[in-house]
Amino acid sequence: MLAKRLIPCLDVANGQVVKGVRFRDHQVVGDIIELAQRYAEQGADELVFYDITASPQRRSVDTRWVERIAAAIDIPFCVAGGIADVESARRVLYSGADKISINSPALLRPTLITELAEAFGSQCVVVGIDSLGTPAGYRVKQLTGQPDSMQDANRDTLDWISEAQQRGAGEIVLNCMDADGVRQGYHLNHLQQARAICAVPLIASGGAGTAQHFVDVFQQADVDGALAASVFHSGQIEIPALKAHLHRAGVPVRLTRNRQCQNA
Amino acid sequence: MPGTAPVVIVANGGSNINSVRWALKRLGVDSRLSDRPEQIASAARVILPGVGAAPAGMSALQRRELIDCVTSLQQPVLGVCLGMQLLFEHSEEGDTPGLGVIPGRVEKLSESPQVRVPHMGWNRLQLVADDPLLAGLSSAWFYFVHGYAVNPASTVEHALALSQHGREFVAVARKENFYGVQFHPEKSAAAGARLLKNFLEL
Repeated sequence: MLAKRLIPCLDVANGQVVKGVRFRDHQVVGDIIELAQRYAEQGADELVFYDITASPQRRSVDTRWVERIAAAIDIPFCVAGGIADVESARRVLYSGADKISINSPALLRPTLITELAEAFGSQCVVVGIDSLGTPAGYRVKQLTGQPDSMQDANRDTLDWISEAQQRGAGEIVLNCMDADGVRQGYHLNHLQQARAICAVPLIASGGAGTAQHFVDVFQQADVDGALAASVFHSGQIEIPALKAHLHRAGVPVRLTRNRQCQNA
Repeated sequence: MPGTAPVVIVANGGSNINSVRWALKRLGVDSRLSDRPEQIASAARVILPGVGAAPAGMSALQRRELIDCVTSLQQPVLGVCLGMQLLFEHSEEGDTPGLGVIPGRVEKLSESPQVRVPHMGWNRLQLVADDPLLAGLSSAWFYFVHGYAVNPASTVEHALALSQHGREFVAVARKENFYGVQFHPEKSAAAGARLLKNFLEL
């Protein structure tokens, strides 16, 4: 049975891992390679590196750190931020990333999704969506890396999830912005709506604060993976303990080597 | 053999080539990327990687005139992901004839509400035959990313391990010196490293 995935997200700015609350006030939380190795050893199933400065500054990802990560860790990872064409995607994938995630560039030019899927296969192409609750329903935001550049994308989130799949997305990461960084739980309603129309893997993002939040999002929204940043970076939730909790709750997870030895 | 790389990775244009090299390097083993038949033929071990679609994978081998070279190899060969699928007779993906060194057919995984395709993530093996490649790995998890897979009914004698995503599919296969793994050992943490180490010790 396919395991549910736990995915620490490392926001990268100027080559270092940072974290802000509600996308603001970024603070440096550590060295990329050190954190990546620590998470891989602890049993993270996958990592996402999100270059939050690339897209607003309209520059592509610096692939040197991508290569250093690929050499250092032995679990899959995805790179997001600033990938706006097939060539920049190729550089990132050939540097050792397993997937690329596109967000604002896909909103500006939706055919990019198809171009990437045709060049590398849908399995490499993740579409990240920043969704904000409004009186008119959930709406897509773009250029969310920095508050000054954020804009409304004039799209309904569920419509965009459908369109992204039709255009060739192999995975959707749905980040609920009003939940992000405040640790009050994933937005289960929104994720359930998304799940109902999402035939490809769906990853929940934004809101994790406790181990129970992860149980809830897997059991109630049937997402394939759960992404989180601050609860992992702060050490508030340790991945081995979280996996043990999920396992006890009946959620299928990949137990780490140490855990398997203890069980044996 | 002095001067011969212990492992040659067939440079067939796949984007996971460097990931395989780094995984070997973490095991302390140097490898060489090559699309030259004489270098591939003289390697102690050969890895056939691959990410992407079967038609592109086969035409990459054809373009480099590597089909005869690969099918006549006598040393241990490990096909990874698409590289495994290409070892079989036929793939439904683009109705593509494969290298045919292992009997069997590659078919599309079918999706259903609970079964998302591509099959992406960590899954377990069910061992169906003993083999040194899988020593110590009976309960291990491996990382998979694929939309097509070998139908077990088409290669009953050659399946070493099955896995399940909606239906059973062949996760590990072997015929003589040709091995194939549907998952990515280079991205499968300690279990993947153990499998590569087993391959290097065959």
